[in-house]
Amino acid sequence: MPAPETVALQDLVAEAQRVLAICNACRYCEGYCAVFPALERRLSFDEGDVHYLANLCHNCGSCLYACQYAPPHEFQLDFPRILAQVRGETYRKYAWPAALGALFRRNGTAAALAVAASLVLAFAFLAAFAGEDRFFSAWSDAQGSFYALLPHGPMAAIFGIAFVAAAVALAAGFARFWRDTGEPLGALFTPVATAGAAGDALTLRYLDGGGEGCTYPDAKPSFARRRFHHLTFYGFLLCFAATCVATVYHYAFGWEAPYAFLSLPVLLGTAGGIGLVVGPVGLLALRARRDPELADPAQSGMDLAFLALLFLTGATGLALLAFRETVAMGTLLAAHLAMVLALFATMPYGKFVHAVYRLAALARFHIERRRPVPDVAAE
Amino acid sequence: MAPLDDARTWDVLVLGGGNAALCAAIEARAAGASVLLLEAAPVPFRGGNSRHTRNMRTMHEGPLAPLTDAYPEEEYWEDLLKVTGGLTDETLARMAIRGTAEHVPWMIAHGVRFQPPLGGTLHLARTNAFFLGGGKALVNAYYAAARAAGVEVAYETEVVDLAMEEGRCTGAVVLHGGARHEIGAHAVVAAAGGFESNLAWLREAWGPPADNFIVRGTPYNMGKVLKLLLAKGARPVSDATQGHCVAIDARSPRFDGGIVTRVDAVSLGIVVNRESKRFYDEGEDFWPKRYAIWGRLVAAQPGQIGYSIIDAKSMGKFMPPVFPPVKAATIAELARALGLDPAALEATVAEFNAAVRPGTFDHTRFDDCRTEGLAPAKTHWARRIDTPPFFAYPLRPGITFTYLGVAVDEKARMRMTDGSLARNVFAAGEIMAGNILGKGYLAGIGMAIGTTFGRIAGEEAARLARA
Repeated sequence: MPAPETVALQDLVAEAQRVLAICNACRYCEGYCAVFPALERRLSFDEGDVHYLANLCHNCGSCLYACQYAPPHEFQLDFPRILAQVRGETYRKYAWPAALGALFRRNGTAAALAVAASLVLAFAFLAAFAGEDRFFSAWSDAQGSFYALLPHGPMAAIFGIAFVAAAVALAAGFARFWRDTGEPLGALFTPVATAGAAGDALTLRYLDGGGEGCTYPDAKPSFARRRFHHLTFYGFLLCFAATCVATVYHYAFGWEAPYAFLSLPVLLGTAGGIGLVVGPVGLLALRARRDPELADPAQSGMDLAFLALLFLTGATGLALLAFRETVAMGTLLAAHLAMVLALFATMPYGKFVHAVYRLAALARFHIERRRPVPDVAAE
Repeated sequence: MAPLDDARTWDVLVLGGGNAALCAAIEARAAGASVLLLEAAPVPFRGGNSRHTRNMRTMHEGPLAPLTDAYPEEEYWEDLLKVTGGLTDETLARMAIRGTAEHVPWMIAHGVRFQPPLGGTLHLARTNAFFLGGGKALVNAYYAAARAAGVEVAYETEVVDLAMEEGRCTGAVVLHGGARHEIGAHAVVAAAGGFESNLAWLREAWGPPADNFIVRGTPYNMGKVLKLLLAKGARPVSDATQGHCVAIDARSPRFDGGIVTRVDAVSLGIVVNRESKRFYDEGEDFWPKRYAIWGRLVAAQPGQIGYSIIDAKSMGKFMPPVFPPVKAATIAELARALGLDPAALEATVAEFNAAVRPGTFDHTRFDDCRTEGLAPAKTHWARRIDTPPFFAYPLRPGITFTYLGVAVDEKARMRMTDGSLARNVFAAGEIMAGNILGKGYLAGIGMAIGTTFGRIAGEEAARLARA
C-alpha cells in the first residue's frame, strides 16, 4: 500500500493534468505570465512538468478571474489553487534531508516549536554567559553593549553553523528539483538562465497580471502585493548585507559592535528592519482579504509562520537598536537572536523555499524559451 | 434588489449583459443618461457569449498594436462577402467594419487589454485583435467601467414581457428571485443575444436533429427578448436555422464548453459518419472556412455524429483538444471502440489509402497531397492512414450563435414589419447580427458587430431619452 502522501501527490498531479489539458486547449491567458507559454510547449504533462509549471506560477490570480471555466463552471477549473497545492507537495518532496519534508505537513506548528526552542536556547545561552545581574543591567555603547553579555566568538559560531546548514539544505533541494527537470546542470550556469531568472525574480516580473497589476487580494488589479513583497525581500537582503558588512568590519578591520547609528551596518540594518516590518504586515493584511479561491488552505500555517517570523526578526532588531543602552537590552538581544536563529533553522522547511524552486523554474523557462515551439497546424 | 425597486423611469434600459449591452450602457451613461442594465445570468456567468470570445476582427490601414501590417476595409468586406455568399447588408456591414478601427482605443480606455495572437493562431495576427485573458476579462473590465460610471446593474433578472405598442416601448416586466417588477424606460436597447441555449426553439427550427446539438456557449441565451420583440412586430432578419455552428468534440458538456471543445484534426485525416462513410472533402480549405462549415456537415449526417480519424503521423500536429482521443492498434479495433462496423471502417480506410496520390505534405499551404478517383475526394493534405496507433475524435454540431434577429437601421434603431422604425427601441449584438451575417461566419466579427452597434445604440438611445 502506498504511503498516504504518495496518494495525495498522485491525486494532485492527476487534477493538475486535467486542468493543464483544458488550459492548453484554451490558451486565452497566454499573455499573463510565463506559465502559459511554458505549458503550450507541451502536449502532455508528467509529474515533473507539473512541479515545474506550479513553481513558475506566482499566484497573481489574473487567470482565475479571466477563466471562463472557473467555478461554478462544471469544469471547476481553479488554476491558481491547484498549482498552489502542487507547490506544497514540491516543497515536501524535494526537501533535504528527505525526512524533514514532513515538517511541511504541519508547518505552522513546526515553526512555532522552532521559535520556542530558539527562545529557550537564546535565553539559556545568555543566562549562562552573562548571569542574571549582568543580563538585567543597562550597558552603554562604550561598555560594549551586546558583548558585555555575550562573547562574539560563540555567537558567530552558532549563527555561522545555522546559516551554512540552511544554505546546504536549500542547495540540496534546488539540486534535487533541478535533476528532475531533466535539464543538464551546465544549462543552469549560462547567462541566459541565471540572468533571466535573477532579473525576473529581482523585479517580480510575473507578479504583475500581465501589466496592470495582479488580481490580489481581489478582482481589482493592483501592485500592492508586489510592493510589499519587494519591501520584505529587499528588507531581508539589506539585513543580510548589514550582517556581512559587520562581519567584514569585525574580522578585517577589528571594528567591533556596537556600531554608531549612522554607520553603514546600522543604516543597512535599520532600512532592512523597516522593510521586514512593513513588508510582512502589508502582505498579511492583503492575505487576510484575499479571495479564498486563490489559496490552498492547507498552507495557511506555513504562510503565516514565515511572515510572522520575518516580522518578528525585523521588529526585535529595530527594538534592540532603539533600546540597546537600556535594561531591556538583554531581553531584546535574546529575543532577536532567537528570531534570527528560528528563521535560519526553518528556512529550508518553510515558505522561504518558494524562492528556491521559483528561481529554478524561471531558469528552466529561460532555457526552454530558446528552443523552437513544437509545430502544430494552425486551427 | 435596489435598482429594480426604484420607481423612476430610466432614461435607457439595456436588456442583456454581454459585450453589446455593456458598450451601449457605457456610451448611454457617458451621454448623461440614467442607465439600468438587466443581466439574466448570475455574476460568474455574466456576459452572454462574450464570456467565451477571444478577439475582435479589426480593420486597420497600418500596424495597430498588437495587429501587424494592414487589414483594409475592402479586404475585410471581401472576406465577409465570401463567407456570407452575399447575404449581408453592405451599409451596416461597412459600418461595423469601419467602427472597429476606432474601438481599439475606446476599449483600452475602458479597461480592455490586448495581447499578441495566441499560440496556434499566428495566422490571425494581422486581422484579429486578441483580448488579454479572453472575453471574460473583457466583460469584467466593462462591468467595472460601467459600475464606476454609474450604470446600475441587476443580475439574475429575466425579461418576461415588454410594455410595447406601435413601436414604442415604455418598459419591461422582469422576474428577479421569483418577484415581478415593472421597470419604466424612455428608451430601450435590446442586446440580449440569440436563442442558441433554447433547446425547444432549436428543435422547432431544426427538427429532431437539434436534440444532438451541443451548445458551445452560455446557457442563458434563451431568446426571450428576441421572441418578445418579434411578437411585438419587429421585422425579422435571417432565419432560425442560420447561425455559427462548428464540429466539436461529442463528449463536450451540453452547454458552455467554449473554445476547448474544438477539434482541429479534421484536415489531417478523414471524417466518417456512423455508417463509416466519408461525406465531405476534409482537405478543402484552411481554418476558418473549414471550421465554419463542419458543424453543419455533421448536423446533416445520420444521428448528427461524425468521427475524425487520424494515425500516429498526425498526432501532436494540431492544437491539443481537451478530451483524449480514442486510441487503438488497428482500424478494426478503433471501429469497435467507437461503436462502428469494423469491416465498414476498414473498407473506407482501405479505399481512401488506395486513392492517395504521392505528394509533398505541407500543412501550412494547399499542398499536392490528394486523392484520385475517390468520392468525395480529399483535395489537400491527404496521407495514407496506415501508421498505428490510430486515433479518433467523435464530433457533434456545436451551436455557437444564432442569426435569426431583428432588422435595424444605421442608428441601430429597430425596424418593424411594416417598414417603419421603432420609436425608441434599439438593438445591438447577436440579436441583430443577422443583418450582417445572413449565413456563414468570420472569426471575430461578432465582437465587431456588437461593439459598433452597441456603442451606436447606447448613444442614440441616450440622445432620444434626453431630448
